Amino acid sequence: MSSPAVPDRPWLIRTYSGHSSAAASNTLYRSNLARGQTGLSVAFDLPTQTGYDSDHPLARGEVGKVGVPVCHIGDMDTLFDQIPLDRMNTSMTINATAAWLLALYVAAAQRQGAGTHELQGTTQNDIVKEYLSRGTYVFPPEASIRLTSDIVAYTVNEIPKWNPINICSYHLQEAGATPVQEIAFAMANAVTVLDTVQNRDDVSPDALPRVFGRISFFLNAGIRFVEETCKCRAMNQLWEEIGRDRYGITDAKMLRFRYGVQVNSLGLSEAQPENNIVRIALESLGVTLSKEARTRSLQLPAWNEALGLPRPWDQQLALRTQQILAFETDLLEYPDIFKGSHVIEGRTAELVEEAREELNKVLDMGGAVSAVENAYMKQALVESHTRRIRAIEDGGQTVVGVNRFEESVDSPLIEDSDKAILKVDDDAEREQVERLNAFRNQRNPKEVESALANLEDAVKNGQNILPPSIQAAGAGVTTGEWSDTLRQIFGEYRAPTGVGAAHTAPSSENIEGVRKRVDEVSLELGRRLKILVGKPGLDGHSNGAEQIAVKARDVGMEVVYDGIRLTPDEIIQSARDEGVHVIGLSILSGSHTVLVKEVLEGLQKQGLKDLPVIVGGIIPEDDAATLRQAGVKRIYTPKDFDLTQIMNELVDVVRAENT
Amino acid sequence: MKPDKPLDVAPLLERLLAGDRTAIAEALNLVDDQRSAQRESALELLDGLAIHKEAQRAHVVGFTGAPGAGKSSLLNALVETLREHSLRIGIIAVDPSSQRSGGALLGDRMRLSASAREAGIFLRSMAARDRLGGLADATRASTAVLSAGFDWVFIETVGIGQSECEVAQLVDTLVFVAQPGAGDTLQFMKAGILELPDIFVVNKSDTGAEAERTRSELGGALQLAEAQAAAGWTPPLLSASARDRVGIDEIQTQIEAHRQHSRESGEFARRREAGQLAFATESLSRRYGEWGLAQIGGAGTLSGRLEQAGERSAFGVVLDLGREIENALRGK
Repeated sequence: MSSPAVPDRPWLIRTYSGHSSAAASNTLYRSNLARGQTGLSVAFDLPTQTGYDSDHPLARGEVGKVGVPVCHIGDMDTLFDQIPLDRMNTSMTINATAAWLLALYVAAAQRQGAGTHELQGTTQNDIVKEYLSRGTYVFPPEASIRLTSDIVAYTVNEIPKWNPINICSYHLQEAGATPVQEIAFAMANAVTVLDTVQNRDDVSPDALPRVFGRISFFLNAGIRFVEETCKCRAMNQLWEEIGRDRYGITDAKMLRFRYGVQVNSLGLSEAQPENNIVRIALESLGVTLSKEARTRSLQLPAWNEALGLPRPWDQQLALRTQQILAFETDLLEYPDIFKGSHVIEGRTAELVEEAREELNKVLDMGGAVSAVENAYMKQALVESHTRRIRAIEDGGQTVVGVNRFEESVDSPLIEDSDKAILKVDDDAEREQVERLNAFRNQRNPKEVESALANLEDAVKNGQNILPPSIQAAGAGVTTGEWSDTLRQIFGEYRAPTGVGAAHTAPSSENIEGVRKRVDEVSLELGRRLKILVGKPGLDGHSNGAEQIAVKARDVGMEVVYDGIRLTPDEIIQSARDEGVHVIGLSILSGSHTVLVKEVLEGLQKQGLKDLPVIVGGIIPEDDAATLRQAGVKRIYTPKDFDLTQIMNELVDVVRAENT
Repeated sequence: MKPDKPLDVAPLLERLLAGDRTAIAEALNLVDDQRSAQRESALELLDGLAIHKEAQRAHVVGFTGAPGAGKSSLLNALVETLREHSLRIGIIAVDPSSQRSGGALLGDRMRLSASAREAGIFLRSMAARDRLGGLADATRASTAVLSAGFDWVFIETVGIGQSECEVAQLVDTLVFVAQPGAGDTLQFMKAGILELPDIFVVNKSDTGAEAERTRSELGGALQLAEAQAAAGWTPPLLSASARDRVGIDEIQTQIEAHRQHSRESGEFARRREAGQLAFATESLSRRYGEWGLAQIGGAGTLSGRLEQAGERSAFGVVLDLGREIENALRGK
């Protein structure tokens, strides 16, 4: 077959970015666009994602860390300064507070003079995967699904080119999902949203095809890129099947499976980090090779993500990788290169069949929300992830430079480890709080009050939340005020951790060895070794904490794990009340220094200064030294994949402290 | 390791009576410690505590039922209601241990809400470990510690059958939580322990007809069993929804009613006495076995020994008897 005359259009080329402040992020966006990036992907900081203003106690240490803080319309204006929103395609990774950030975006666009109808972009707005993996949920499932469907119902008429929800199977794979689970749980999630929207009075039946057509997905691409190709093709088929059979959609255009991708971060290694450059390029193949199932937009992580925050140069490399693939290779010149491949079609068919079965299982339980509440999906993910980690530990799964071919010369890329990552300005938080206070002082308090009262009425009366939110955005309401109004009405939710019912690992010699040591030290202590696994701060990435909790139980420890988003005070209270021998803290948001020090100081005040603390997370060597100095007994980073060894060291730590 | 040396328990006792939370936690660690000297110190501490009437004002309530019945959510809701009356609350949550590794994931079920944490609810989770039929003595010792600092002590356990019998001996009021449609009512009846709970709650009343059906099934079974129930108290059958915060006040009202009834009728004292005997029997037989008990005349003599003890509490008697057994052993 000859290549077509006109090559396929390239996907949207994006980089997930944002940090420190709206002004700093605006500079970054404009330089990325100047370098040939074709869309924006906004990363918000955790306080913004979980509905707190930058000066809230829970925001301490988190402001501007994993993304940009947006507290009000002033921040939003600054973020898109000199970026015409009527011509931009903006993806916003925002979930619990998606309705609010969309309202701010619409209000900012209106102030630029852009029409609401012209706006293009995506709100992630997928709350189910927040309960399962990412952890930035706020409200209970029922209320969350209502907010999700409010956005869908609003945009389908008012912002027709907007993707109101981006169903994320991305984070499911990061949490350990197999391809079958990734497909099935994403589809179950989409069905739950569609069923909810379908039942709304304000969405007419003839709008349903358009609603269906605007639902997009956000996939992960792992290193097994042949299977990943099949996964994308399988999702294509299953989505069309659901559209036809469940919702009676016939328009081929509306039935098309549309998705964006961020390639895998889970498989990126801290050891020999330059290998990640190659991994990222290969992972990109899985979602671009097959024209029929090619991604609409692509974001590549930076090679040094496991070390800390990427610098502009690291982001540029990610961008160039995409550009080489799109513009230098002949990829876009051909029709689907897998057409007629028995091997690809065979694997695709298998995935479709297995995923359909798993999907029906979840739907029989009452859908995605029920399977969140009864912890079915979460537990399945924890178990898959446990299997994956075990396979890396025992060598069943090769990770080059990590569990095979570990020998290495020193990498010139990370010679000066401090300069190989970006440091968020320590003043960013203070400056943001100052700007926030200045903004509050210049608003009209009466306008704010009445906007909040309108918002409250709309939420209580079941009206769509978008119009009063857009009004509130214009009146100068803050992210914290908007969220508190909803918290008062909906309450806050704690999702099941899924660890309680995870199956015990089969025994191995290593595990038996640690069990024996745990038994011995327990006898010496007089009672069984007890550990508290804590996640302080707003970071909801709980996979690491969950794996540690399950492993600790498997080697015979008694484990207290209370889930995510605890304050240092709550962790200290729990450690004292529960009578634990050691505390393990997990933090991935970069706020480790502030939060760990708070825990250590609190323990001292409570007379528990002898209680040993260990920390796991993405912790640069400099910070690690600071934390050791402050009294942390052990620090673990992504390179420490051998959990059994970590358990061995835990026993050492406890023994040393009790001698 | 820190050596297993006897403690001077007086300072800890003083701090406990002053309501020091760190002391409560330390005392709980101590009563869980299996080393010989620590165990003796623990019994001394508990005996010292038992003399103080104000250290025993807590009413002890058991919450039990099958996994997934919603005990934790219901208890969370109840605790929030009680907090509104500024009552001080301690909770013991008992989780199963892994048979294979001996490890356990604790606190995953009894997850306190943010407001409960802020309000300073005290939660200690415990693993059931390998103490088949012997969980009760460890829990009782912990309960005695918590009773010194709190107005209400809740014990939450999972399971059907054996564990209800144990828990029933531990608490002043036993609440059984049933969930709609899961068939646990039937199991419960089969287990033949329908006469144990003082209050029945069908949770998840928001499920409508299903909850109603379970309620009437349970009601029918209760009528049949009523002839055997303790005189003067008919266990109420309640409906509640932890999710919608419905029926929570009524659970509180009924617990209060049972508390008053049991104190007035003498049931309260009778149960506590039976509980002390159960503690002495379990604690001694678990540590010294049947042969050890035989050295002091066998299990049958224990109730007599407790009666003769006068001021000395059951904890003190266990301490004394333990020493007697050990002396007998040394003599051989």
